[in-house]
Amino acid sequence: MEATLATNRNQTNSTFHTSQPFTNTLQSELTKFRSVKSSFWSLIVANGVTIVLSAIICEAVVNRWNKRSLSERILFDPTTRSLTGIVLAQLAIGVLGVLLISAEYSSGTIRATFAATPNRTKVLTAKAVVFAVITYITCLISVLIAFGVGQAIFTQVGVGASIGQPGVLRVILMSALYLTIGGLFALGLGTLVRHTAGGITAFVVMMLVLPGIVGALPSPWSSDIGRYLPNAAGLAMTSVIKQHAGGDMLGPLGGLAVFCGWAALALVVGGTRLVTRDA
Amino acid sequence: MIEVRNLSKSFGSTKAVDNMSFEVSPGTVTGFLGPNGAGKSTTMRVIMGLDHPDSGQALIFGKPYSKIANPLHQVGALLDARAFHGGRSAYNHLLFLAQANGIPARRVDEVLETVGLSSVAKKRAGTFSMGMGQRLGIAAALLGNPEILLFDEPINGLDPEGILWVRNLLKSLASEGRTVFVSSHLMSEMAQTADYVVVVGRGRLIDSAPISQFISKSAQRYVVVRSPAIDTLEGLLKQSGADVAQGPDNTLEVTNATCAQVGELAGANSIVLHELYFHEPTLESAYMELTQDDVEFHAKSSNDMTFPADKRN
Ligand SMILES: Nc1ncnc2c1ncn2[C@@H]1O[C@H](COP(=O)(O)OP(=O)(O)OP(=O)(O)O)[C@@H](O)[C@H]1O
Ligand SMILES: [Mg+2]
Repeated sequence: MEATLATNRNQTNSTFHTSQPFTNTLQSELTKFRSVKSSFWSLIVANGVTIVLSAIICEAVVNRWNKRSLSERILFDPTTRSLTGIVLAQLAIGVLGVLLISAEYSSGTIRATFAATPNRTKVLTAKAVVFAVITYITCLISVLIAFGVGQAIFTQVGVGASIGQPGVLRVILMSALYLTIGGLFALGLGTLVRHTAGGITAFVVMMLVLPGIVGALPSPWSSDIGRYLPNAAGLAMTSVIKQHAGGDMLGPLGGLAVFCGWAALALVVGGTRLVTRDA
Repeated sequence: MIEVRNLSKSFGSTKAVDNMSFEVSPGTVTGFLGPNGAGKSTTMRVIMGLDHPDSGQALIFGKPYSKIANPLHQVGALLDARAFHGGRSAYNHLLFLAQANGIPARRVDEVLETVGLSSVAKKRAGTFSMGMGQRLGIAAALLGNPEILLFDEPINGLDPEGILWVRNLLKSLASEGRTVFVSSHLMSEMAQTADYVVVVGRGRLIDSAPISQFISKSAQRYVVVRSPAIDTLEGLLKQSGADVAQGPDNTLEVTNATCAQVGELAGANSIVLHELYFHEPTLESAYMELTQDDVEFHAKSSNDMTFPADKRN
């Protein structure tokens, strides 16, 4: 054992770097991500829900098609309708986003992490990049599958969209982005709160409870405020027809900007706390 | 080389570290001793850049930890034996640390081998016993082949073989010229391992000295003598000018006299002795004397203990 320590000493000392390359931090965070089961299962659930729940809802739409009025049929958006499962899938992605950081605190791994990489902003950035890329790629695949399945179901009633139609590809790309940005929002909240249960609660409150509370306000406040809430802004990115609920929603780019703003706010405030507080 | 300079750190109203200054030199094992809550772990976390001090600083080779790029090449630490994700394998835990500092993956296998965890490397670390967790923490500390090593209570939960292994590891690391800073509550263990001690109590530095010098500060040096004629002997010793205190079990503790003097006095008066030896101070006795006033959490001594039933008397 002494021999092991001694022989390698000079070798490792000669590999001193003057800076710590970001690619090393990325690689390290990727290893962390893929080496726990919670990442795998959260992605399975999120992508499974995107495909299966969306298909179930498409079936329900087809079954009730005859009861729809003409104007409802004209306004029907087969693209967005075939991707409804993402709203629930967002919860699984959100849980994963919170866990990525909260599990480091609950297990104590965070101290090992920061001992290896004292630049905490670099750690959080690498975490966000790894998480965002993996989430976006996997979710894009499941969104594409859900779209294909949904359109196949809709052909029963003679409606349907194809990727070539205006806005459709955008909605598909944006739907995967909705899940990704929501995940980053959750990562930011988790960094701020540092506890798994607290982080998940904060995420659910921001995404699902707050819209209910704001919706109960007298109009026009309910819609004036409501459209800027994270989930409403995020979902605004994902509809082909803007005038969904009486023009309440932001446009797709506005929605993207506002939803990104929420995620950025959570990450910056969480990141500041990460840097200034004790690990 | 670790330098702690006028370091202070509070948690709310608790002064965990109070204007502490000391140095830890290369080539030695330096024991970090102090009662529960004395601020040892906090000091180590500050040295590692994990906790931010209120004032003062901790430097490694003259730099704060946060200014070291790829710090695992210079500093390795075991701070908390359970500081790993239970669902992640030991191998992957070490791998992500290695990758963060550009350490080749084969080094992970090497340190796993060194600490004897190779056979369970791919198992979930959550299934590890306390001692195995401790070994994983030590493996992480050795990963970057650092010049400076910090261990917070490394022998907690280890079996006797593991304790011996850690003792030899610490000594061999120091003999290679590395700086080894290790906290422990086990004085007998530290007495065998450490060359220097840094003793703290209630967040303050009590002493920082070579271990022999620290022990020599203890007043616990006296001649112990046991005899059936203890009262006669006590009178004679007092007459001859020695300081005598009664010890347990027919013994006297004699200061101001050597074993030879006590033995000759007894012989001259035909007093039978059953035992006669010089009581050397130990690290433990020196530690107890010096930290007595600084122990925050005193347990009741067993003599003070009363059971509810006794209260009727
Ligand atoms: N994160 C924290 N938040 C609040 N108080 C803390 C924190 N860490 C330590 N303390 C307090 O600071 C004091 C010093 O604690 P520390 O853990 O450094 O002592 P220690 O010498 O390592 O004790 P032990 O020998 O029991 O491990 C204690 O009173 C402890 O309660
Ligand atoms: Mg401690």
